[in-house]
Amino acid sequence: MSEIPSELRDEIPTFGDTSPSRAAKGPLDWSALTSFQGARSALEITVLVGLFAAVFFLLQGILSWTDTPTYVFPKPIDTVRTFAEDFTSTEIHALKVTAIEFLAGLAIGSTVGLILAALLTQRPFAEKVIAPYVLIMVTTPMLAFVPFLRLKMGFGLWPLIIAVALASGPMVMINAATGFRRTDLAKIALARSYGANTFQVFAKIRFPLALPMIIVGYMVGSIFGLLTAIGGEMVAASEQGGLGKDLVYYSSLARMPEFGATILIIAILGLLIYVVFYLVGKRWASWQA
Amino acid sequence: MVLVTAAEASASGNGRPVRLRAVRATKVYETRTGLVRALEDFTLDIAQGELVCILGPSGCGKTTLLWAMSGLHALTSGHILLDGAPVVGPRPHQLGMMFQDANLLPWRNLRKNIEFPFEIKRKPVDHERIGSLLTQVGLAGFEHAFPRELSGGMQQRASIVRALAQDPDVLLMDEPFGALDAFTRDEMNLLLLRLWAESGKTIVFVTHNISEAIFLADRVVVMTPRPGRLARVFDIDLPRPRTIEMTFEPGFIALIQQIKSVVEADHHAVEVT
Repeated sequence: MSEIPSELRDEIPTFGDTSPSRAAKGPLDWSALTSFQGARSALEITVLVGLFAAVFFLLQGILSWTDTPTYVFPKPIDTVRTFAEDFTSTEIHALKVTAIEFLAGLAIGSTVGLILAALLTQRPFAEKVIAPYVLIMVTTPMLAFVPFLRLKMGFGLWPLIIAVALASGPMVMINAATGFRRTDLAKIALARSYGANTFQVFAKIRFPLALPMIIVGYMVGSIFGLLTAIGGEMVAASEQGGLGKDLVYYSSLARMPEFGATILIIAILGLLIYVVFYLVGKRWASWQA
Repeated sequence: MVLVTAAEASASGNGRPVRLRAVRATKVYETRTGLVRALEDFTLDIAQGELVCILGPSGCGKTTLLWAMSGLHALTSGHILLDGAPVVGPRPHQLGMMFQDANLLPWRNLRKNIEFPFEIKRKPVDHERIGSLLTQVGLAGFEHAFPRELSGGMQQRASIVRALAQDPDVLLMDEPFGALDAFTRDEMNLLLLRLWAESGKTIVFVTHNISEAIFLADRVVVMTPRPGRLARVFDIDLPRPRTIEMTFEPGFIALIQQIKSVVEADHHAVEVT
């Protein structure tokens, strides 16, 4: 291996090599977060942790040196201390509410989006006619509708679930449609030559072929959905509260370490979403070159 | 070597029963720029156990003919008859199709690719047969490799195993070795001849490579491009088993030149008119 130039290394298939190839990685290469093996990864992790420490203490240093008051911007050490010490049942409750809104909304939105994508791509004319509305839905900030949904549907969780579904669904749909449109005639003919019916062609050829794009759709849709859930709570939270409501609450009282700690929770959630879909992609879509 | 004209081609010379028959097969495609006559009035009988190569330049309707034979698409007029019955749709139990390149599913490993037809047909996987075929083609031990981890030749061998595991009586092969280098192609051709000799299957092999066609075939059917018509049929009476050394002999080379002149004459005629 040593005489192979490093830029070529990923292109050359090797048997028994478990390190993910370049193709297996997402739009951003964050594999350092998920693969813990070998000397190369150990070096990467050292650099990753080192860089994090550098940013952390640089920010701390700048804020101390410029005498920035805590009510303007929380110092990283205070934020982490608050996160570690005061992560009480209120935050856990807020996290749970946001998570329910996000997961329920994503489940509903993505399922509808996926089914619509699978059906519409079978009918090019229908797809052409529907496409503008999907594009409009993708670009519309669904946050804007949260107050109206509140007025219509009351102060429960449903208005935010609907908003998350509206934000994530079209995103899943637009990516899934791109995937379903990738028809490989030779592979469909292969299945047909063995007597496959329409459903088998879908389940065994079209769907696996579209899966990498569907996973990308889920990843992007999830991030959209999480932002909508939190933004929606900031605009008009339910009686249950949520992380977004906490943000508004802490910032209005200038309790910046708590504000920072809440941001930290949201950041961890976002990373978690990325890692989950990265792993899903690695398992089910790593064949894609 | 005997020259047979298009009209005589329907009479199969070797006395064996006719397995597959194309009768005045015609296919016209409608494209944005107008009608394309891909295949016109093509008539050919293929006998049981025969290895027929269909030869012609790119775009001469070879693939169109093969897809019609496999029941994957319908003809504009004419018929394909298998054992006397018209082929109007896929015949998964009698016909096996091998496509251009290996056409493996990249999201499945080798074993799963070979089991794919069993899944589609909802029948139990014949592990014993697959195992012995894999050993025969030298792929034992690679069952869990994914297509992208294999060389072109290995992918092609896996594709042969996938087709043969179904044990079809008639194998239709659409330029299966077109993308391989000359060495691997020779190796694949020898493998194919060995498997054919052992199984006695009827094989229709489409290619644009003259020497490959002669090397494999009992009969080489030359087609003219656009519209795809039957130009001439050459009976190849080289002894079997055939070896790569035969391809260097004067007789073989003379045959290449003869067939080449037929292909080029037709090509030229098309370009002039």
